[in-house]
Amino acid sequence: MRRDAHVHPRLRGGLFGLAGLVLLALIWELYKALGPVDGVVIGTLTVLPRTTDLAMPHLWVMFDRLFEPVTGAASALPLWQAVSQGSLFTLGIAAVGWLVGVTVGLALALLMQRFRLAESAILPWIILSQTVPLIAIAPLVRRWGAQIQFGDFTWESWMSVALIASYLAFFPVSIGALRGLASPDANHVDLMHCYAVGWWKTLWRLRLPASVGYLLPALRLAAVSAVVGSVVAEVSIGLRGGIGRLIVEYAGAAGNDPGKPWAPIFGSILVGLVAAGFVGLIGLFLRRFRRGEASA
Amino acid sequence: MRTAQPGLVQTVLAPIVFGVAVILLWQGLVTGLAIKAFILPAPFAIGAEFAGNLNNVAGGMAVTGRNSLIGLVIGALIGIALAIVAALARLLDEMAAPIVAALSVVPIVALAPVLYTMFGAGAETARQLVAALAVFVPVYFNTLKGLRQVRPVDRDLMRAYAVTSWQATRAVTLPTALPFVFTGLRIASSLAVISALIAEYFGGPVGGLGKSITSAASSSNYGLAWAYVLGSIILGLAFYCAALIVEKLVTRRSGG
Amino acid sequence: MTTTTSFAVDVPAVNVHGVSRIFAARKGPGVTALDDVSLTVAPGEFVSLIGPSGCGKSTLLRLIADLDVPTSGRIEVFGKPARQARIDQDYGIAFQQAGLLPWRTVAGNIELPLELHGVGKAARRRRAAELIALVGLSDFAAHFPDQLSGGMQQRVAIARSLAESPSLLLMDEPFGALDEMTRERMQNELVRICAETQAAVVFVTHSIPEAVFLSNRVVVLEPRPGRIRSIVSVGLGAPSGRGEDLREDEGFFRSLSEVRDLLHGDEAAGASPAGARGVETR
Ligand SMILES: Nc1ncnc2c1ncn2[C@@H]1O[C@H](COP(=O)(O)OP(=O)(O)OP(=O)(O)O)[C@@H](O)[C@H]1O
Ligand SMILES: [Mg+2]
Repeated sequence: MRRDAHVHPRLRGGLFGLAGLVLLALIWELYKALGPVDGVVIGTLTVLPRTTDLAMPHLWVMFDRLFEPVTGAASALPLWQAVSQGSLFTLGIAAVGWLVGVTVGLALALLMQRFRLAESAILPWIILSQTVPLIAIAPLVRRWGAQIQFGDFTWESWMSVALIASYLAFFPVSIGALRGLASPDANHVDLMHCYAVGWWKTLWRLRLPASVGYLLPALRLAAVSAVVGSVVAEVSIGLRGGIGRLIVEYAGAAGNDPGKPWAPIFGSILVGLVAAGFVGLIGLFLRRFRRGEASA
Repeated sequence: MRTAQPGLVQTVLAPIVFGVAVILLWQGLVTGLAIKAFILPAPFAIGAEFAGNLNNVAGGMAVTGRNSLIGLVIGALIGIALAIVAALARLLDEMAAPIVAALSVVPIVALAPVLYTMFGAGAETARQLVAALAVFVPVYFNTLKGLRQVRPVDRDLMRAYAVTSWQATRAVTLPTALPFVFTGLRIASSLAVISALIAEYFGGPVGGLGKSITSAASSSNYGLAWAYVLGSIILGLAFYCAALIVEKLVTRRSGG
Repeated sequence: MTTTTSFAVDVPAVNVHGVSRIFAARKGPGVTALDDVSLTVAPGEFVSLIGPSGCGKSTLLRLIADLDVPTSGRIEVFGKPARQARIDQDYGIAFQQAGLLPWRTVAGNIELPLELHGVGKAARRRRAAELIALVGLSDFAAHFPDQLSGGMQQRVAIARSLAESPSLLLMDEPFGALDEMTRERMQNELVRICAETQAAVVFVTHSIPEAVFLSNRVVVLEPRPGRIRSIVSVGLGAPSGRGEDLREDEGFFRSLSEVRDLLHGDEAAGASPAGARGVETR
């Protein structure tokens, strides 16, 4: 998508996006109306989904369900409120994970930028670990809670979740930051050398500002990874209160309440959008450091 | 100031020394501080467990690997096809762009439970679809980028030769776009394994690596759980390396 | 070496003494970029380095700036080792690319060296405003580099190199990327600025007229190995008296053809047929 300064194309993009969403909704309802009840089955394999009200509820069923109470109990909250609370909870954990991950990622990038040997030693491992499903260890940090204690400090379950989130968040940051820190022209580096300023001043005045263009996409990727990590870790660690837990919990209700499982999915989409939007906001504040991207 | 080029010794030896040092440190810490296996087992114990349960781990790798592969193929095909359509029809591109952008920032795996209900909880279809969705995003974006990469001068040349649009596509657009497609596939290959694996945490039939990890962990068999983790690491690496090799072959041949 | 100069030589601005620079290669003997080069630049003197591409002009400039160290020989700047002179900020430098930081305004870019060396905000502002006026960009102080033309960017870079009132300016093809008209205007401005600031200048260029127009002396280098072939004194008077009409002067043309003949000498001798290709003789 072309990024123009004008509002007009963005508004246009929004409208077209909306049109795309409407198209998706139409496809959903059309298939539900016209598709076979048991789905399209080839051999024993279901290729297209079943169209029963339980498997594919009408969109308005999903929507209406949001405003009904979570359960039949008298004290139950409306579903949208419960989902919002869960979303906020997950967002908070993801934010902690993101912060820790970004800090570690930046520190590693600085270390690698400063010492060539560190880069040679660590970088291959970082790239390697980005390609393997390390999130698989999520269920294995479950028992860390209540087992680790240092004096007053007790390791709590949410910290395990945040740990996994930070674990996923730090990869893109360290790679993006390293690339960004190395991005200034030789010309600029020479200039700093002529000014006889040290590594730290060069970092602050040249390398960090120059890395913004690389850092922002990395931060966004880190935010998305932190959210995914939080949701998955909540499920596999069994932490209550977050959106991941609600996804699994409400999925059990699909049998008689088909609209309910969709609510936390909308919640998780919202969490992802908010997290990415937050990084977009940071980018807005750092706009002047991205001037160089178009021109020399 | 840093020197210009690190030597071969540094590029090869440093990471190996670092890796071995970390493993030894890990082993030393676990035995030295008597860290319990449920927190972190020692690497040699994991290795032994892996060797002892080779058949089970290989079985899990086969199930998850198959899901990842099917997801990768479906997602890649749809991603490439949609990107081609989007490159040809501006309207579709403008409608799809915000949705794909949103798709790239939401946890796709959250869809797993409803997919289980839509396709049946006993089948692997839901996992394959989760993987396919995750694969779709980078493949779509990269393919579209590649298709847009055609230089105006080449396009003008084609117009001057008055060739048909299909001929132009074959002569200019495809060779330019191909390296981008394979870059997308390389990124997607790791995502396919990761997504197929974490979809197992959200339900569905047993047998895959994800389910095996959770069940081994819940029966306090931590060494075994870590052996399955090792299996998933190997699976992820296999997918990535395969994609990398294919990418290298293709880009070399097309001179990119 | 002929050192016919009208300047008082007490402590030279630059003293290059028997300097060689050999770039080691992974295989083979390496490249001798400079071989036993000696050169003295008096305070306030304008010296141009000219020669075919790859003859070591940039290398020599980078050695004087302490961006690189000689394999052998010694370089003094105002009587100090080059490294000390760099730490003391005795020179200002401008490269072929303007090299402005894109996220800083024109004023911000000019203030950069002052800021890095702890000059107070008010003093910084004042100095930047002065320099911006000097290079004639007063209306553009708050603009960002991407909003300026190439010539304007280069003027900002020159203003930046003057920020700390250095008594030595090092310039590596600063007008290389400019069109002919802008280039001549910038040359006139540089002459004016040098007259005002009394700085010594070491100036790398590919253009013979540019070298002759600007310099007190033109140093002609030859490639592989990089050596000084000859030094031409241009007797055109003090820079302050140089104006546009000088370009039509007879002395100007005499020096022009002298430098040209020196540069093309190796072509006639057949030593390096492609050697002079990097030099514009228009
Ligand atoms: N960092 C380096 N490593 C290896 N060789 C180098 C390096 N810098 C310069 N050289 C070599 O030294 C020689 C002189 O280079 P230099 O850049 O000084 O030439 P120049 O006279 O400035 O040329 P030009 O007019 O094209 O800018 C060249 O043969 C070049 O290949
Ligand atoms: Mg040069």
